[in-house]
Amino acid sequence: MHSALLKKLIIACLAMFAFAFALVPLYDVFCQVTGLNGKPSLEVAKASSRVDENRLVDVSFTTHAQQGAPFDVSAEQFKVTVKPGEVTKVAFSAANLSQQARVMQAIPSVSPGIASKYLHKMACFCFNQQPMKAGEKQDFELMFYVDTALPSEIEELTLSYTLFDITEQSQQVALEASQDEPTSMETSDE
Amino acid sequence: MSSIVNPHDHGHDDHHGAPSGFKRWLFTTNHKDIGSLYLIFALAMFIIGGAMAMVIRAELFQPGLQLVDPHFFNQMTTVHGLIMVFGAVMPAFTGLANWMIPMMIGAPDMALPRMNNWSFWILPFAFAMLLFSLFMEGGGPAFGWTFYAPLSTTYSNDNTALFVFAVHIMGISSIMGAINVVVTIVNLRAPGMTWMKLPLFVWTWLITAFLLIAVMPVLAGAVTMVLTDKYFGTSFFDAAGGGDPVMFQHIFWFFGHPEVYIMILPAFGVISTIVPTFSHKKLFGYASMVYATASIALLSFVVWAHHMFTTGMPLAGELFFMYATMLISVPTGVKVFNWVATMWRGAISFEVPMLFSIAFIVLFTLGGFSGLMLAITPADFQYHDTYFVVAHFHYVLVTGAVFSIMAAAYYWLPKWTGHMFNETLAKWHFWLSLISVNVLFFPMHFVGLAGMPRRIPDYALQFADFNAIISIGGFAFGLSQLLFVYVVYRCVKGGDAAPAKVWDGAEGLEWEVPSPAPYHTFSTPPEIK
Ligand code: HEM
Ligand SMILES: [Cu+2]
Repeated sequence: MHSALLKKLIIACLAMFAFAFALVPLYDVFCQVTGLNGKPSLEVAKASSRVDENRLVDVSFTTHAQQGAPFDVSAEQFKVTVKPGEVTKVAFSAANLSQQARVMQAIPSVSPGIASKYLHKMACFCFNQQPMKAGEKQDFELMFYVDTALPSEIEELTLSYTLFDITEQSQQVALEASQDEPTSMETSDE
Repeated sequence: MSSIVNPHDHGHDDHHGAPSGFKRWLFTTNHKDIGSLYLIFALAMFIIGGAMAMVIRAELFQPGLQLVDPHFFNQMTTVHGLIMVFGAVMPAFTGLANWMIPMMIGAPDMALPRMNNWSFWILPFAFAMLLFSLFMEGGGPAFGWTFYAPLSTTYSNDNTALFVFAVHIMGISSIMGAINVVVTIVNLRAPGMTWMKLPLFVWTWLITAFLLIAVMPVLAGAVTMVLTDKYFGTSFFDAAGGGDPVMFQHIFWFFGHPEVYIMILPAFGVISTIVPTFSHKKLFGYASMVYATASIALLSFVVWAHHMFTTGMPLAGELFFMYATMLISVPTGVKVFNWVATMWRGAISFEVPMLFSIAFIVLFTLGGFSGLMLAITPADFQYHDTYFVVAHFHYVLVTGAVFSIMAAAYYWLPKWTGHMFNETLAKWHFWLSLISVNVLFFPMHFVGLAGMPRRIPDYALQFADFNAIISIGGFAFGLSQLLFVYVVYRCVKGGDAAPAKVWDGAEGLEWEVPSPAPYHTFSTPPEIK
């Protein structure tokens, strides 16, 4: 007598549990479409086919290290003025402030958030994890352009990087990889 | 040994004659036994959670760090919140549902009695685990009952797994309880008990059960993601790995806001039962009460981000969640209007359950008003994470949900025990609680507006006087509840015999069976006129 209803209710529960996890990709898609959280794409962009000669946009750069991350990264120029579609190179100087080898990951964010899908990066140190030796200094490069479709009311935008220390996570990955390796070598030997 | 798993054998005698001892309670599948277990458990948790509140108020009695270290203080605020929400208020309402729903709809028991036994008996393990973690090295959870990432992932200690499993078990328990309520109400109504004849307590619980089924699995998903982020290297909420900590808040509050209605809808049902009894009138606007409850439940799914106004949402989002939140106060207002209209020109008698109900109506409404203030987005930028928020949710939860539970306990205690409680002491309990609860929570509005942040063990000197007053109110309220425990204990042990219909204005099937309610009621369905 009860089992039909019971079954429906249990399915509803499982569906809602799955829904919690479905929220993760849904959230990303929603943010990407609307540009709500200022998360720019982490893929290498192709050069623009067109340059808008009649417009200028200010792009400024800020960086800050996540609490406890021993890095200092700063752009050579605080602000550049660019034409939409024109590829611009910006140099960043980076330093590992600690006395140990560390791995850095920079996470970009654009403000205003809605502009994030109009900022295209052709090369960026944020595409990769950046291992740095103790006290090491490095030069990084960013190559980007602003889309010609950038809404006209946006006259300036800010690209901000948050620097994370991901040494532990990347060591874990490396460890797991090295654990896999011997077995794969064994098989190739045989 | 094989016979012990057949609890039905015990049940055929009368309530008092049933075999006592631990096994009766462990293996019972009787809805009244399980209802009592839930209620006793909730009371115990209320006392334990209350003791933690006393630690918090003792520390905040004076500025500066006096009694406990900040890490322990954070554990107290966190575990106090978790225990009161999942250990006291929710099990108390489930206990009331177990006791009253079958009797109110003319059913012999809950539909799934074995599952009922399980859903109660896993609860003590969940809370034992949670409380146990407080004594482990590093301490218990200290990231707030809302366990925001990265506090609960990157910055928490290794005992977090215990918290996660405890929440999983609490979730499973409430889901099983909710499923049982739905199946009981849908399938076991006595012939003639049509939907629009259901007592409102049953209606509100049916809707609450659907809310539970919809959002408890989402909470389970959120804690699972915290678990894998912390221990298995996933990055749901870790920006360095491509995740997003703000997403945690979205997922949590998608559960969290319906959760606050899970704690208040059954209270609405209780008040809608008690107010007509002591006004000696029919409830005003029965159908509008049902529709208002349903619309509150539906709206509760689209307002979650009013907890996140300061996270940097775009303007359109802020506006949407502001208006949606304000919209909820319309059906809530309908309810308050109906209660007042029920009392209007009624022959009101001020028995203890009615006193608590009237206090509920006034003070819950006050909490609703402070909620409306918080819903104004630009204003919330100032109020957010201050004591003003603490004042708001304690008005809706303590003078709202908890007062309604006290009202329900006093209303049905004679039915459960067969004895009248000591009315003088109960009135003392009411008046002491009423005064102290306002001394405790009202000044919090002012310190909050003046900028005192919540969840901090120390504060600026200008808040000292108010905090001393608040703490005194807190101790008084805490002590008053011991009186409640005493009144209940005395009533269980003895007292004047209660008649079948304890309150002369009361209506409903539960008053047609003798007091105390026999172990088995409505084995043959009653006739509904
Ligand atoms: C008219 C109805 C209500 C409105 C407009 C409302 C509005 C709000 C808003 C805007 C906040 C967020 C404040 C902030 O963090 O800055 C809040 C917090 C809260 N509300 Fe309400 N609320 C209402 C009713 C209720 C009810 C009925 C309950 C529970 C029974 C409740 C429980 C809570 C809780 C527990 C919090 C704090 C959560 C936390 O951060 O720990 N509210 N409310
Ligand atoms: Cu809310």
